[in-house]
Amino acid sequence: MQNETVIAGFGGQGVLFLGKVMAYAALFEDLKVTWFPSYGPEMRGGTANCTVVISDEEIGSPQVKNPKAIVVMNRPSLDKYEHMVAPGGYLVINTSMVNRKATRTDIHVLEIPSVELAEELGDKRLANTIILGALNEKAKFLKKESLLKGLEESLSHGKKDLLEINKKAMEKGAAYITTQ
Amino acid sequence: MARELWKGNEAFAEAAVRAGLQAYFGYPITPQTEALEYLSARMPELGRAFLQAESELGAINMVYGAACTGARVMTSTSSPGTSLMMEGLSYIAATEVPMVLVDVVRGGPGLGTIQPSQGDYNQIVHGGGHGDYHCIVLAPSTVQEAVDQVYEIFDLAEKYRSIGVILLDGTIGQMIEPAEMPPMREIRKEIPEWAVRGGTGSNKRVLTSVHLVPEDMEVLDLRLIKKWQEVEKNEVRFTEYYMDDAKIAVVGFGTAGRIALSAVRTARALGIPVGLIRPISLSPFPYQAIKEAAAQVDHILVVEMNSGMMLEDVMKVVKDSTNVEFYGRMGGIMPFPDEILSEIQRIASGTTPSDIHPRDRWLKRMESVVDF
Amino acid sequence: MVAMDLSEMEVVYQHPHALVDMYTHFCPGCTHGVAHRLVAEVLDEMALSERTIGVASVGCSVFSYNYLNIDFVQAPHGRAPAMATGVKRVLPDHIVMTYQGDGDMISIGAGEIVAAAGRGENITVIFINNANYGMTGGQMAPTTLPGMKTSSSPNGRDVEQAGYPILACELLSTQQGASYIARRSLHDPKNIRMAKKAIRLAFETQVRGLGFSMVELLSTCPTNWHMTPVKAVKWLEEKMIPYYPLGDYKVHPTISELKV
Repeated sequence: MQNETVIAGFGGQGVLFLGKVMAYAALFEDLKVTWFPSYGPEMRGGTANCTVVISDEEIGSPQVKNPKAIVVMNRPSLDKYEHMVAPGGYLVINTSMVNRKATRTDIHVLEIPSVELAEELGDKRLANTIILGALNEKAKFLKKESLLKGLEESLSHGKKDLLEINKKAMEKGAAYITTQ
Repeated sequence: MARELWKGNEAFAEAAVRAGLQAYFGYPITPQTEALEYLSARMPELGRAFLQAESELGAINMVYGAACTGARVMTSTSSPGTSLMMEGLSYIAATEVPMVLVDVVRGGPGLGTIQPSQGDYNQIVHGGGHGDYHCIVLAPSTVQEAVDQVYEIFDLAEKYRSIGVILLDGTIGQMIEPAEMPPMREIRKEIPEWAVRGGTGSNKRVLTSVHLVPEDMEVLDLRLIKKWQEVEKNEVRFTEYYMDDAKIAVVGFGTAGRIALSAVRTARALGIPVGLIRPISLSPFPYQAIKEAAAQVDHILVVEMNSGMMLEDVMKVVKDSTNVEFYGRMGGIMPFPDEILSEIQRIASGTTPSDIHPRDRWLKRMESVVDF
Repeated sequence: MVAMDLSEMEVVYQHPHALVDMYTHFCPGCTHGVAHRLVAEVLDEMALSERTIGVASVGCSVFSYNYLNIDFVQAPHGRAPAMATGVKRVLPDHIVMTYQGDGDMISIGAGEIVAAAGRGENITVIFINNANYGMTGGQMAPTTLPGMKTSSSPNGRDVEQAGYPILACELLSTQQGASYIARRSLHDPKNIRMAKKAIRLAFETQVRGLGFSMVELLSTCPTNWHMTPVKAVKWLEEKMIPYYPLGDYKVHPTISELKV
């Protein structure tokens, strides 16, 4: 078993954070995991993406040409990555920031108005967690409990007060996508 | 100790701390800076020496000074910084004081890119600094291996009074993986016999690399080579995958090795009898393992993130006995497993023997991939 | 002849313990030997030899480790302050000194010396300024005087083309981390005594943990200056001192109150 998720967007959209939540969740399930960022010289505002590979055996390549799932947080990421999703895989589109539809028909396309949903929870910074909740509800790469523990671990450094609301956001993303 | 998530650069820094690191000197350079940052907090917390030097020249010579006292000492840098350290490394090799360098390799030449590469193979494995010397060079392919190798290489460096280098592709420095940290070792109390400590008269010690009498210099040179024979005898490391019945052997180290593993698995699933040899010690190089593989397989495919630097070492032992092929990506580009798989499939479907150097054949094939 | 009982006599002058008893390899009239002796006398007086580590540099100064009877390491060209930093940071209770020439310290090693001074690195630097690269045969150094002929400035240093000498004391004394910066000369007994006092104060600075200390010693190089030893000391006095004024460039208050 191996699955790969690419999360792409602008710096500041919580792209690397989502990957880390998944990596922690995989660790809790005693799986092998690799989190690999694209790293650039800009400190702020550049594009950011990371690849999370989860497997039950020794992981070879930390990045693959055709990942099982790709999350695009903005339009440039959709344009860059849509064609790369493995057939039958998942393309998660943050429709709050993307003004076009996917063109592929051989993959699962999940459209999430993440910012609007986050605002319903009172904090638009929760958009990324909502996306993760939605993706995992469909792709089921990880157990929901593991992801919640992953959130807990990722927010453990002085951000504990954000934990409950992030858990709610994860649930909200999952609930939203099941009604679509 | 349970597995925890570690970023490669921070993981090897902590591993060094646990190996009993007494002093660290470094200079910021992407993609290794997290190690410097990590140790800037961690070392003082333990009452150990940390200093951000004025340059890589400063850093390596601070390491040199500290190493002369017998302290466990390390620096880390990335390719352009490694170039600057070459002078110091040559002096340190000549003085035979142990130290550890972690080179988090990025694409070059020049300022190059900050993306991962294996372009420092030649400057680390085949010298770089002036004169006849060798470093012990290990190449990890995962964060856990980086941890284990850094933890171990201090012992190797001290055993042989040699330079220990971890050639860490930028990939491994920047990635996060689960790793288990080794236990914290006590700081070594005893001072090695050769180390300076303040002494006069018959206790006076001079650690120098100057030997103006050529006969004396030759004695040192010969002794260094003799010592290296011991290293070659004792410290060769490599790992193999699916080699038992392989007819094609892929050879790759570090990141290229692990990417090749993905390709080899897929090829195996397609019924191609292919295996993988991943050299772990690049110096000393696992010549014998390559030689034995060459006797077993019909083709050897060398995969690197450079233009075939290790390829030359492989070819040195394979000679004409087996067909050798090469595939590389450069400048900060990592190959996808699919690219290596295509190479394996191309080879498996039958290649005609050629007198043209594998690098030249690869370069020709690259013309259809990249416009250059 | 009446035998004298030497044990009854007061010792007023002797070979310093910190100086190895050996023939010198330096050229006749070279002041390196004087500098070595002054350092050795200070190490004896302060009883520092057992805990001092010297850092030799590249050039004629490299063989300071043969003459001074203390532990030594030898640095690549210009890097002695960095190497001294490495030693000092792991052995902070030890005394660490570098012994560097002008080409080494203020040309190729300008970065390292400025950084060490800026950090207030608690080391002592003995800086030999003889206005040329001695060991390689008398080429122009950053300290070569304007108009001075050397093997690489055969028509005299042309400041339009080669620029001006770098003034090490003036430069380093601007650094906050520097606590004792002084320039002395080795051209006559009076100045040699003053040089010794400055070396003493530099080590006193380090012993007290006050930070970076450096003594610049104007020195002769008769061979490469193509002068007799006597003419060389005269030339130093007449030509070098006006360009490189002697004096204290920076003295930590604790040190200025010290009587030695």
